[in-house]
Amino acid sequence: MGEGRAVVVRHVTRIEGHGNIVVDLEGTEIKRCDLEIVESPRFFEVLLKDRPYDEAPRISCRICGICSVGHATASVAAVEAALGIVPGPKLRRLRRLNMAGEWLQSHILHVCFLVAPDAFGAASIVPLVGSHPDVVKRALRLKRLANDICCTVSGRHVMPISYHAGWMGHWPGPAELRALEEQLVAAEEDLDALVGLFAGFTWPAVERRTELLAALEEGGAYPMMGGALHSSLGGVTAPESYRDVLHEYLVGHSASKHVRGTEGTVRVGALARYALAHERLHPRAKEAAARLKLRPDSANPFDYVAAQLVESVQAHQEALDQVAALLSDPAPEEPVRPARTHGGRGVGMVEVPRGTLVHDYVIGGDGRITSANCIIPTSQNLASIEGDMRAFLPSLVSKPSADIAHALEMLVRAYDPCVSCSVH
Amino acid sequence: MTRPRVAFFSFGSCEGCQLQVLSVEDVLPDLLAAVEIVNFREAVDDRRDDYDIAFVEGSLVKPEDVAELQKIRAHAQILVAIGACACLGGVNAMRNRRPVTDLARDVYEGRQDGVFAALPEASPLSSVVQVNYEIRGCPIDRFEFLEAVRSLLAGTVPYTPPYAVCVECTLRGTPCLLERGVPCLGSVARAGCNAPCPAYGAPCEACRGCHDVPNFEALGEAFFRHGLTRTQAGEKLQLFNNYREVRDAWEKAVPSSSAT
Repeated sequence: MGEGRAVVVRHVTRIEGHGNIVVDLEGTEIKRCDLEIVESPRFFEVLLKDRPYDEAPRISCRICGICSVGHATASVAAVEAALGIVPGPKLRRLRRLNMAGEWLQSHILHVCFLVAPDAFGAASIVPLVGSHPDVVKRALRLKRLANDICCTVSGRHVMPISYHAGWMGHWPGPAELRALEEQLVAAEEDLDALVGLFAGFTWPAVERRTELLAALEEGGAYPMMGGALHSSLGGVTAPESYRDVLHEYLVGHSASKHVRGTEGTVRVGALARYALAHERLHPRAKEAAARLKLRPDSANPFDYVAAQLVESVQAHQEALDQVAALLSDPAPEEPVRPARTHGGRGVGMVEVPRGTLVHDYVIGGDGRITSANCIIPTSQNLASIEGDMRAFLPSLVSKPSADIAHALEMLVRAYDPCVSCSVH
Repeated sequence: MTRPRVAFFSFGSCEGCQLQVLSVEDVLPDLLAAVEIVNFREAVDDRRDDYDIAFVEGSLVKPEDVAELQKIRAHAQILVAIGACACLGGVNAMRNRRPVTDLARDVYEGRQDGVFAALPEASPLSSVVQVNYEIRGCPIDRFEFLEAVRSLLAGTVPYTPPYAVCVECTLRGTPCLLERGVPCLGSVARAGCNAPCPAYGAPCEACRGCHDVPNFEALGEAFFRHGLTRTQAGEKLQLFNNYREVRDAWEKAVPSSSAT
């Protein structure tokens, strides 16, 4: 029996929200290995209760600043499902364009602002402004582009304004779309350079296989706007039956619920989507994956970073495609009215940057929400993060505690957890 | 001039206001050169307590938040509340309509221990400490944040307009939503955001709080005149302004017994 020691990181940095790494070792034996989620509960599912359904996208997008377009998208999808509204093709395009903007924003923020400092041995992006100005400038230009996409479609990126069941409160005109197109074309070079940069980085090898989940769209598009939930174990589940696959449960050290999949831990997000849908990627994104040597069967969570870069290229291409299509036919679409006025239940299941997001509402005959449930991608990943920490630890236990802490922080960060979201 | 040491902290919030700070892409390198960031968990590893200015996001929602905020107050020369959660209680305070036991029952199988603990009500920073300045909004406007930083660096007071959002809608030529029967709070809401919501098809929900002289009685009347109810105006105010002062002022002006 070896000597006991504790490795504790209070408030892991460069992630969204508050989480602690708590590891107890006895020699090489792992006594405890937790990612404590100590974020504040805000009880959004209760906040939505009794509110008119039109407010739902605007209330629920406040769950998270980084993922607010994703929440608005899932929320409006849930309301539309409950009211029997089927959005038209152009409305779907406009929302897809906004989602592509959010993917690009979120992935670039994570890859360049939160992760890249680890690759350069820096504590943040601040010293990189001086040491690697070109990298920072490219990252900022891409982030600006992503911001501008969302500002154009929904007024702003953080807390989008224009989402309504069956319509959008703003329809960008040709001039706005052309300005975006110009920026998008110019950004290709920046993305290309970032892929080249990250292709030169190496990350620790942690291998742990687990169930992967993603909501795949009908029609063969890369998963973004939702569809049936596909599992790497073979199951396909309709959105409204998500509870057959996603089982929420409480653990004492986390204000976020954990989620068990078909048989145990699951991974959602860029790595899961890439594994389940890499064939659906645009050739440009496939080429990025080849340069990054990203394998579809990767079981290494550090590959989330490469998968997010691949998806950044995909999101950029999606945005280009949607802008071109909207420009070819820029007239706004007529709002779609509810088919049902007596309310009902609706599930919105979409692929947000960090994975499959579920909003499940029941709307009463008076147009008010009577119950709401949200399942957040990070909640689904939490058990996997802890499983991966356990899988990583044996190769770390001989190192000083500070090195173990640093390595585990990098692992947690690779998942790009959104802790505020997970607790909501 | 020595660069002021700046820290960012967050309590119960979505950290979207901190994200807005990072969204001033064109001038971010200049901003980072003008100040020294010594504590900003979301983006940097350093965590020092020798800061001059603390920007604090979020509401007080957990029992330990109170002591944590008091510690920040003790270290900071200037404490700036950023965003609706920190300035007003924001969306967090919507829950103050219900007892915590109900929330715990609905979300955490009734558990209120350890990580599941919550204060009886969510409250703004000013309920516990002195706040020097407020940057309002959900989220904060990134350019207003920059202006506030400029003011603080120059040793002057950050400016917040005292007038209504209606003024900004008029200036940018947005047709009035209330006149079309949409429940909009623009007439009582504090301006400074340049009224993006009505322009993008959503009513103003007063995320920046109320201006200096909100007339709630007239708001209720206006709602009624445009085919809405007085109760709807009060309900709208619950979204971001459900912490005591505004809620009580509304109740006083338009008692629920008389509201329809």
